[in-house]
Amino acid sequence: MIVQKSKILENNLISNKIYKLVIEFENSEEVKPGQFFMLKTLDNSYLLPRPISVNDVNKNTITFLYRVEGTGTTIMSKMRENDQIQSFGPLGNGFDTTKLLGHVAVIGGGIGIAPLMYLARKLGKNADVYLGYKENVYIAEEFEKYANNTVIVTEDGSIGQKGFVTEYIDFEKYDVVVTCGPEIMMNKIVEKCREKNVQCYVSLERRMACGLGACLGCTVETVNGNKRACKDGPVFSSRELI
Amino acid sequence: MANLKVKAMGMEFKNPILTASGTFGFGEEFSEIYDLSILGGICSKGLTLNPKQGNKGIRIWETPMGLINSIGLQNPGVEKFIIEELPKMKKYNTKIIANLGGNTSEEYLKGIEMLNETDVDIIELNISCPNVKCGGMAFGIKSDVAYDIVSQVRKACKKPLMVKLSPNAENIAEMALACEAGGADSISLINTIKSMAIDIKKRKAVFDNIYAGLSGPCVKPVALRMVHEVANAVKIPVCGLGGIMTATDAIEFIMAGATLVQIGTANFIKPDIAVDIIDEISEFMDKEGINSLDEIRGII
Repeated sequence: MIVQKSKILENNLISNKIYKLVIEFENSEEVKPGQFFMLKTLDNSYLLPRPISVNDVNKNTITFLYRVEGTGTTIMSKMRENDQIQSFGPLGNGFDTTKLLGHVAVIGGGIGIAPLMYLARKLGKNADVYLGYKENVYIAEEFEKYANNTVIVTEDGSIGQKGFVTEYIDFEKYDVVVTCGPEIMMNKIVEKCREKNVQCYVSLERRMACGLGACLGCTVETVNGNKRACKDGPVFSSRELI
Repeated sequence: MANLKVKAMGMEFKNPILTASGTFGFGEEFSEIYDLSILGGICSKGLTLNPKQGNKGIRIWETPMGLINSIGLQNPGVEKFIIEELPKMKKYNTKIIANLGGNTSEEYLKGIEMLNETDVDIIELNISCPNVKCGGMAFGIKSDVAYDIVSQVRKACKKPLMVKLSPNAENIAEMALACEAGGADSISLINTIKSMAIDIKKRKAVFDNIYAGLSGPCVKPVALRMVHEVANAVKIPVCGLGGIMTATDAIEFIMAGATLVQIGTANFIKPDIAVDIIDEISEFMDKEGINSLDEIRGII
C-alpha cells in the first residue's frame, strides 16, 4: 500500500448518482478483487478520505465506481480528467480466489455490485452472477461478458426479473457464495447459506477513518472477537460473523 | 539542516513530533508506509489494565473539519501489550510512550507496576478519555481529584510521567498545576472535546453513549489557547495536541509554549503526514534562520 497523488484519467456519471473514476496506478496487477482505496480530493473542504472499492484493474489503472451520497463524494464527483486525487491503497484482504472453487454464485445489490466486477472477471465461467437493483441498472453488460450466467433483478421489474435478487437463487446448486450489498440482502443470503450448508463470503461496508487498522472505528463483531473491517476484512467468512 | 532535537523529562527527542494515542495503533500498521524511527515518539493506543472490547454502535462520525469518535478504549490490556506489541514497537529508534487509562486508582496502579518493569520510555497517564463510563475523564475534571490520582501514581511510577489532560477540566491551568504538584514530569493536552451528534431522520443520538470525543482541525484554536494557558502556568514541559494538520500548526503550538507536539486525527487523513510535518518544520527553521526550537518556544 502506498499514499500518493494519482492522476485522474476519467470521472464520469454512468448511472443515477453513480460515477466511474479511473486513476493511474503503477503495479496495478498487485491489487486484488475486493480490496479498496482511501480516496480524497486535495482540497481541504472536508476531512476524511472515503473508502472506495476497486471495481476493475487494468494495466497501470484502477477503476472505481462510487455513489454520490454526501459531502465527500459530491466534491469527488466534480473532479475532472488530469486532476489529481490522494489515493491510499490497496487496502483490506480482498477475496481469496484460491478458496472460490467449484460452482460459485456472485451476488451483488445496489452499489455493492461495483466491487464484484473484477472478481467476476477473474472467476469467468465458474461463476453465475445475480445482480439486484432498485431501478437503474448499471454495468450488468460487463458481468454478462465474463460470467457463465447473469441474472438481473429490479425491484419494479423494469429490467430483468421483478423483486429481490434473493428470490431467484437456488443456493443448493453452489459450492461457494460471494456477496456484497445492502445488509438486509446479505443477512438473507447468509441465513440461506447456513440453512443449505454452503460456504459464503461477505464483503462488509463500515464507516472508517484510517482504512489501515489503527483507529478501530470499523469494528465487526465476530465469533473470534472484534475484527477490523478495513484490515481483517472487508471480506469475512459468514461462519465468522455473528 | 535545522536541528529539531528537543529535551524534555530528562531525555532527548530527535524531534518534537509524537503520534497521538488512539490514532496510531501500536505503530505496526503505519510501519508499512514509512520508517517510524524518524518520529520523536509514538504514544500507544490507550491501554487499560484488562482488555476492553470498546463501545457498540457507530464509533466514527465526521463533522465539518472534525471527527467525533466513540471507540471506547478498545485495547488488548496491559499484559498483552507488554508481551505482543511492545517488543515490536521497540524495534524502532524512537521514544515509546505507553498511554494508560483506568476506572479506579487500583487499576492505574496495577498497570503502572507492570509497565515499570518494561522498556517503555514514558507513561502517558490518561485522565481524560470521554468515551468510557465513569472512565478516565472522571479524574480529569476536578483538580483535587486529579492531584490525588497523579500523586498516587507518581509514588508507584518509575518512569517519566506525562499526564494527559481533558479540555473538559473545570479550569485547565489549575488542573495542570495540580498535576505538576502531584509529581507529573510533563503535561499533554488536549484530549478530545466532549461532543455529540444527532441523526435527525432516526431522531436519535448518533452514538450509543450519546456523547463522544471531538478532534481534528476544528478543535485547534481551543487546544492552542489551552496549551498557552498551561505552558504559562507550569514549569514542567508541555506536549501540545489538538487538530495539528500541518507544520504551521505544530509551530504555532511550539510558539504557544509546547516542547513536544502530537499528531492525532491527521494520521487518518494522510497516513504519512508526520513525515511531511517533520520535513516542513525543518524547512521553516532553515528559511527563518532558526537553529533550535528553543528560540521560538513560548515566545507568545
